[in-house]
Amino acid sequence: MKNTITTGFKKSIRLFGVLFAVTVITFIMMDALPGNVAYEIAGEDATMQDIEAIEQELGLNKPVMIRYAMWLKNVAKGNLGVSFRNEEPVLDAILSRLPVTLELMVLSQLLALALAVPLGVICAFKGGKVIDKVLSSISFAMMSIPVFVMGVVLIYIFAIKLKWFPATGYIPFSESFRGNIRSFILPAFCIAMVEWVAFMRVLRSDMIATLQEDFILMAKSKGLTTSHILFKHALRPSSLTLITILGIHIGHLIGGAVVVETIFALPGIGRLLISSIFSRDFAMVQGCILIITIGYVSVNFLVDYVYTVLDPRIRISGMD
Amino acid sequence: MGIHLKQDTNIIPDRPKPVHKRLGSSFWLSIIWIIFAVLCAITADLLPLQEYDAMDWMNQAAPPGTTGSIQTSSSVESAPNSFVHFFGTDTMGRDILSRLIYGARISLLVGLITPVIGLVIGGTLGMLAGFYRGHLDGFIMAIMDTILAFPGLVLLLAITFYLGQNLTNIILALGFLTIPSFSRVARANTLAISQRDFIKASQMIGQNDAYILFRDILPNIIPQLAVYALFVVSFMIIAEGTLSFLGLGVPAPVPSWGGMIAEGKEVLGEASYISFFPALAMFLTVLSFNLVGDALRGIIDPKDGQL
Repeated sequence: MKNTITTGFKKSIRLFGVLFAVTVITFIMMDALPGNVAYEIAGEDATMQDIEAIEQELGLNKPVMIRYAMWLKNVAKGNLGVSFRNEEPVLDAILSRLPVTLELMVLSQLLALALAVPLGVICAFKGGKVIDKVLSSISFAMMSIPVFVMGVVLIYIFAIKLKWFPATGYIPFSESFRGNIRSFILPAFCIAMVEWVAFMRVLRSDMIATLQEDFILMAKSKGLTTSHILFKHALRPSSLTLITILGIHIGHLIGGAVVVETIFALPGIGRLLISSIFSRDFAMVQGCILIITIGYVSVNFLVDYVYTVLDPRIRISGMD
Repeated sequence: MGIHLKQDTNIIPDRPKPVHKRLGSSFWLSIIWIIFAVLCAITADLLPLQEYDAMDWMNQAAPPGTTGSIQTSSSVESAPNSFVHFFGTDTMGRDILSRLIYGARISLLVGLITPVIGLVIGGTLGMLAGFYRGHLDGFIMAIMDTILAFPGLVLLLAITFYLGQNLTNIILALGFLTIPSFSRVARANTLAISQRDFIKASQMIGQNDAYILFRDILPNIIPQLAVYALFVVSFMIIAEGTLSFLGLGVPAPVPSWGGMIAEGKEVLGEASYISFFPALAMFLTVLSFNLVGDALRGIIDPKDGQL
């Protein structure tokens, strides 16, 4: 028990180390900008007094360490500054777009699992047969399609040719539930189509191992139906690696969300980041990077921890 | 004893018979496509192509096979040289075939150079960590974990945003991102090799560490690292494409596949081929590198073949 606590403690220290690195790097990036932020804000025809006033206001004339401490204090208070473009508080802007990104992530993971689990089970059950080979080849080809190409293809097929779903146009949840889901289907499907491959392959290889076990033979000899054996007996012990992969893929999801939100014009954090990059809205870019990275690091930490709790094998090996 | 040994050598042939493993037709097709793409990219200046930024205003978004002409402003009187746009033109009347081939330069340049950065730096760090272990291992791997803790694309966007958009920065940023994974592969393989008897033997006869690292360990981990590098190549081509697609890749008018797909996306309904030709080129290239990597991985280590 003591060992479990020390492991958790070590991991927490690591988490804080990474978070510290994240804040320092984000701050330095902002600080080491080519050109002066004050000039950027003041615009083309500013006098030296204007620039000095802005520098004074932002504390740009103080040493780096002090500026970092000041900035960190503000961040801890939830004050990420205001947008240089429209004076909107950065944190508010990010929080208002967070639900869109989260909904996209959850829906895409659900769709990916809905594709991967049945197909993975079929592949494992028919291991080496034609259907397994066909699905494996398809999944290999899918791995070679970038998210943005998938987005373009999906828009072409489902929005332009078949006209089933809108290509762009986000409808808020509060306005219409159906419309909201409709506007999310193509984007979520786009990420899912790229994600399910990894899930399926992992599930397939774990499932093949599970199907060799004695308790499956036992279940067969009891005369249980194939689907009962596959889904009730074999699926659960085969899904541990899948859960880890789900956690690891959060990184992919964030990348995917940035691209997909841009393609389908969803007002999420990814699109906010990209549009802020183009409008050179430094405070907003910094805020987005900080929030995304902190979220990513924390979720990875949580997944790691939950996984340790779930799987006794990892819990034991984590003790030494 | 000596006689016994001699008998043994008679039974066991000098060289073990090589196990023949088939690479399969998909491997060779992939190799052919990669060689074709690389040749096109290298010889782009020699091929009878139009300028990639020459605009044929009479034939904007023209379908494949249109005969076009470009009137150079300096020689209005001279007859415009006409030619066929085999793959059509984009919305600005630029020849798609020419842009595809010049775009291959960017994709392949980025795809092939970035893994080298990761391979050299990450490979060295991983080898040192795996060979010396202890504190050095802990230190190097902690740094690598910290880099890996950042979401890749966001870090990439941040680096190109702050350092500025140009080819060198994109290659450096992407190369930097491949360092941690290469170091992990190198470390894992070095750890396994370091346990072997021939390393102990080498240490016992007094070889120094540098000799052991570069002459004993390196040749044994190069195959694994090289195969991994092939997957990184396809990943990097996708990453560069994503940046270009988002408009953060090499600045216009230099063509890149990702940028071409993004331009075509606006007129997907009317002229889908503007997006689909570069998308197809990118898909085939990435698939080829993946297939080659997969086939070679099966050859060097059958155990890894599954996943």
